[in-house]
Amino acid sequence: MSVVPVLEARGLTKRYGRVVALDHADFQLMPNEILAVIGDNGAGKSTLIKALCGAVIPDGGEILLDGRPVHFKSPMEAREAGIETVYQNLALSPALSIADNMFLGREIRKTGALGRWLRLLDRTAMERRARQKLTELGLMTIQNIGQAVETLSGGQRQGVAVARAAAFGSKVIIMDEPTAALGVKESRRVLELILDVKRRGLPIVLISHNMPHVFEVADRIHIHRLGRRLVVIDPKEYSMSDAVAFMTGAKRPPENVLAA
Amino acid sequence: MVFHWEVTVKRTTLRTSVFAAAAAAFVAFVAPAHAAEIVGLITKTEGNPFFVKMREGAQTKAQELGLELRTAAGKFDGDNDSQVAAIENLISAGAKGFAIVPSDSSAIVPTIKKARDAGLLVIVLDTPLDPMDAADATFATDNFKAGELIGTWAKDTLGDKAADAKIAFLDLAANQPTVDYLRDQGFMKGFGIDIKDPKRYGDEDDARICGHEMTGGAEDGGRTAMETLLQKCPDINVVYTINEPAAAGAYEALKALGKDDGSVLVTSIDGGCPGVANVKAGVIGATSQQYPLKMAAMAMEAIAKFAKDGTKPQVDPKLGFLDTGATLITDKPVKGVESITSEEGAKLCWG
Amino acid sequence: MSDDVVGVKAAERGFVGGGADVASFEVDHRGPLRQLQHFLHKYPTTVPFIVLLIGVLIFSVAAGSRFFAILNLSLVLQQVTIIAVLGIAQTMIILTAGIDLSVGAIMILSSIVMGRLAVVYGVPPELAFLLGLLTGLICGLINGLLVALVRLPPFIVTLGTWSMYGAMVIFVSRSETLRQQDVAAAAPLLQWLGSSFKVPIPGWGTAIITYGSVLMILLAVLIWYVLNRTAFGRHVYATGDDSESARLAGINTKRTLIATYTAAGLICAIAGWVTIGRIGAVSPLAGQNANLDAITAVVIGGTSLFGGRGSIIGTLVGALIVGTFRNGLALSGVEVLWQEFAVGALIIIAVTIDQWIRKISA
Repeated sequence: MSVVPVLEARGLTKRYGRVVALDHADFQLMPNEILAVIGDNGAGKSTLIKALCGAVIPDGGEILLDGRPVHFKSPMEAREAGIETVYQNLALSPALSIADNMFLGREIRKTGALGRWLRLLDRTAMERRARQKLTELGLMTIQNIGQAVETLSGGQRQGVAVARAAAFGSKVIIMDEPTAALGVKESRRVLELILDVKRRGLPIVLISHNMPHVFEVADRIHIHRLGRRLVVIDPKEYSMSDAVAFMTGAKRPPENVLAA
Repeated sequence: MVFHWEVTVKRTTLRTSVFAAAAAAFVAFVAPAHAAEIVGLITKTEGNPFFVKMREGAQTKAQELGLELRTAAGKFDGDNDSQVAAIENLISAGAKGFAIVPSDSSAIVPTIKKARDAGLLVIVLDTPLDPMDAADATFATDNFKAGELIGTWAKDTLGDKAADAKIAFLDLAANQPTVDYLRDQGFMKGFGIDIKDPKRYGDEDDARICGHEMTGGAEDGGRTAMETLLQKCPDINVVYTINEPAAAGAYEALKALGKDDGSVLVTSIDGGCPGVANVKAGVIGATSQQYPLKMAAMAMEAIAKFAKDGTKPQVDPKLGFLDTGATLITDKPVKGVESITSEEGAKLCWG
Repeated sequence: MSDDVVGVKAAERGFVGGGADVASFEVDHRGPLRQLQHFLHKYPTTVPFIVLLIGVLIFSVAAGSRFFAILNLSLVLQQVTIIAVLGIAQTMIILTAGIDLSVGAIMILSSIVMGRLAVVYGVPPELAFLLGLLTGLICGLINGLLVALVRLPPFIVTLGTWSMYGAMVIFVSRSETLRQQDVAAAAPLLQWLGSSFKVPIPGWGTAIITYGSVLMILLAVLIWYVLNRTAFGRHVYATGDDSESARLAGINTKRTLIATYTAAGLICAIAGWVTIGRIGAVSPLAGQNANLDAITAVVIGGTSLFGGRGSIIGTLVGALIVGTFRNGLALSGVEVLWQEFAVGALIIIAVTIDQWIRKISA
C-alpha cells in the first residue's frame, strides 16, 4: 500500500441525537479508480458522502486529501480543494443556459477595466470553454450552448452536470445516484460518460442503488452497513447477490476480506 | 431521565412567568387605573389628513370631558371588515358610544344595529349611512351642498360663457361611494346641469361634460386623470375635483401643458390647510371648506351627554342630519355665493 | 490516447441518438403550436410586445388621432414612469422567487423623508435627497435580512414591513402634504425629474419627455446589464429558479437575496424621487395603487411569479401596456370599471401564457 489514497476518511463519527449515522467509518479512494459506495437505506452512506463533500461536519475522525488532513466547513471549501459533487438533483438552474450553468458561481469576468469596474462577464470565453468541455466528453450533440437546461433530456442534463464537475474537479468527482432518474438508454450513456471521465484520470466515487450499473463500471465496491464500512470487494470476485447479501446482513463476508 | 424532566419543568415555569409578566403589562397598558367612560372613534383610514385631524379633534374634546377615547381605522378606503371588528371590540369593551366614518355606508348597518341594541350611542360622521336613520344621529357636511357651492361659483365666474364650458370631472373611485356622487352631483346642480339620477354620476347627457376619471383622491391620480381628459377634450376650461390633493395633481398636468395661465377654473372640496394655501396661490379657484375637528368634537360631547343622562342628540328634521357646515373659500368672490377669503379660511383650516 | 478516442466514440454512440438527430427530427414534426411554444420560451418578451402593438393598433382605430398623437403617447410614457421604476425593483425581487409588497410604502416613505428634511427642517436639498435614498436602502436591507437570515417567506416579511413602513409614512409625514410651491421654494432638486424637454417629430407633432422618463430608461438599461451581464445577475436568476440547486452549485444565495432586496429598496427610493417630480408635492396619499400596479406591470411583462425567468424590458413593456390600455380605453369613452376589467383580463392572460411556456420539455 505505498500508493497514497486520493481521498481518505478515518474513524468518522456523526450523531444526530440518539441516532448514530456514522460509527467510526473508514473510507479510501485510490487514484484513477471508480469506487462504488452501496448500502441499505439508513446505513449512513449519504452522511458519509456529505461529510466527504463538506455538506456535513463530522463529530470525530479525520478526512485526508492526498494524505493531508482537511476540515471542510461547507461544500464550497470542498470544491475549492478539488472535490466536485454531482448531486442527485444535479444542482442545475433549469431556466439558465448550459454555459451559464457550467460556470454558475465561478463565472469568468472580462479582463481589464470592463471586468474589474463594470463586472462584465466574458460570455465568449465561458461558452468556448463550455463547448470545449462538452466536446471532450463527447456531448457536443447538444448543439446550442445557449439553450436553456430545461429543454434538454434527463440524460443530457446529467451530461451537463458531469461536464461541469469534470471541468472544475481537479482531484475527485462524487456522483450521487446519477442513473436513478433515467431510462435504460440514457443510463447507458451516463455510464459511458463515467468511464470516460475515469479515462481522463479523475477518480470517481459513485453512489448507486443500481447493482448492475455498479458492477458494470466500479473497480471496487465499498459496502456500508450500520454506520461503518463493512467491507470493500472486487466486483470481479463477487456476484451481485453476494453484495446485496453483505449489504443487508444476510451473509457475512469471509474473514480474509474483512481483514483487508 | 430525572434530569431531563427537571429541565422541562424549569423551562415551563420560566415561560409561564414571562407570560404572566407580559399579560400584566398588557392589562396595565390597555386599562388605565381611573375608570373613565369609554368612547370610540372609527375612521376610514389611518393616513388621510382629514381623519387625522378628526382624531385630534376628538382626542382634545375627550380629554376635556374626561372620556377615554379608543380609535380605530380601516386599512384602506372601503375596508368594511376592519370597521366591523372595531365596533365589536367597542361593544365588548363596554363603550358608551362611538362615532364612525363608515367606509361602506350600507354594509356596516347590521353591525351598527348590533351596537345600538347593546345600548351604545352611534353617531355617524361625514358620510351618512344608507339608510341614514340606522344611526342615532348623523353629523355631516352636506357634501351635496359643498359641491353646489363650487358649481355655482364656477357658473357665476364664467357668466355667459358657462353655456359652452367644457368640464372635467375628477372623481374618487369607480364604485362611486356616497361622498363621491354627492359632491359630483352637487357641483353639477350648482353649475346648472341636469343630473338625472342624483345617486349616480356618468348618466348625464350634457355636452359640456368632457368625462369622469378616477383619482383615488390623491395627487398622482389627479394628474393622470387630468392628462387623460385633456387629451380627450383639449378645450377644458372648468375642472371639478373630489378633493384638494387631486386638484393639486390636476394643476401639475395643466402646468405641464401650459394651461396654468388662469384660463382653466379648478374647483375642489375639503378646506385642508394645503388646499387653502393653494387657493391663495391661485392653483385652486375655489374650494368648499369642511370642519372635521368640529364634527368629531360635537360627537364626543353628544356621547358624554348620553352617558350622563341618556339624552340623544337632535338633528335637523328636514335634512335628517346635523349639518356642520361648509364655507366657500375663494379670493375671486362672485355675487351669487357667500364666501370668505383664503386668508380667513387659513385660520379655520385643518391638516 | 487510444483510450480517449474509444471513450469519445463510445460516448458519441451513446448520445447521438438522443442529441441533434432526434432534436432535428422533432422539429419537422412539431405542430405550429409547439413551435410557437418553443419560440416564446426562447424569447418570452415577444408576448408583451405583441400585446402592446395590438393595443396601440386597436386604440388608434377606436380613439383615432386623439390617441395616436405623439403628445398623448408621450403622456402615457410620463404616466407609467413611477410604476415602471417601481416595477424594475419588483422584477428583481420576483426573479428571486420572492415578492415585495412594501415597494409602494418604501417609495412614499423615501419621498417624505427627502421632502420633510429639506422643506420642514431646512436640511440642504442634496443631503436630504441622499438621506431619502438611504431610507429606501435601509428598508430594503431590512426586508432582505428577514427573508435571507430569518428565513421567513417574502410574502409574510413584506406584508409585515408594508404595514410598518406605512405607519412610518404617517408618523414622519404627520399626514401633512407639502405643497408644490413650498417644495419648489426649498428644494427644486426634488422636483427636477418632473421637468421636461420637447422632442419635435416632423410630420407627427411634439413629444414631451420628462427627465423622470429618461431616468427610468437609464435605470432599466443599468439593471438589465446587471442581471444579464454580471455574475450577480446570473445568481439572482439561479436563486429564483431553484434556490437549493443554486446553493449546491456554489452560489451564496443569502448574500444574493440580501443584495437584491437592498437594491430594490434603493430603486423604490428613486421611484419616490420620480413621484415628487410628477406630482410636484410631497404627499403621504400618493402612490396608493402603485404597489399592485407595479406587480401588474411585472406579471404582464412576462416575468414569472415562480421566479427565475423574466426581464426588465418585459416589465417596461408591461407598464406601457397598462398605461396604454387605461389611456386608450378612457379616450375611447370606456367607463373606468371596464378599464379595470381589461387590466385584470391582461393579468390572467399573461399568467396563463407563462404557465404554458413553462410546461416546455425537450
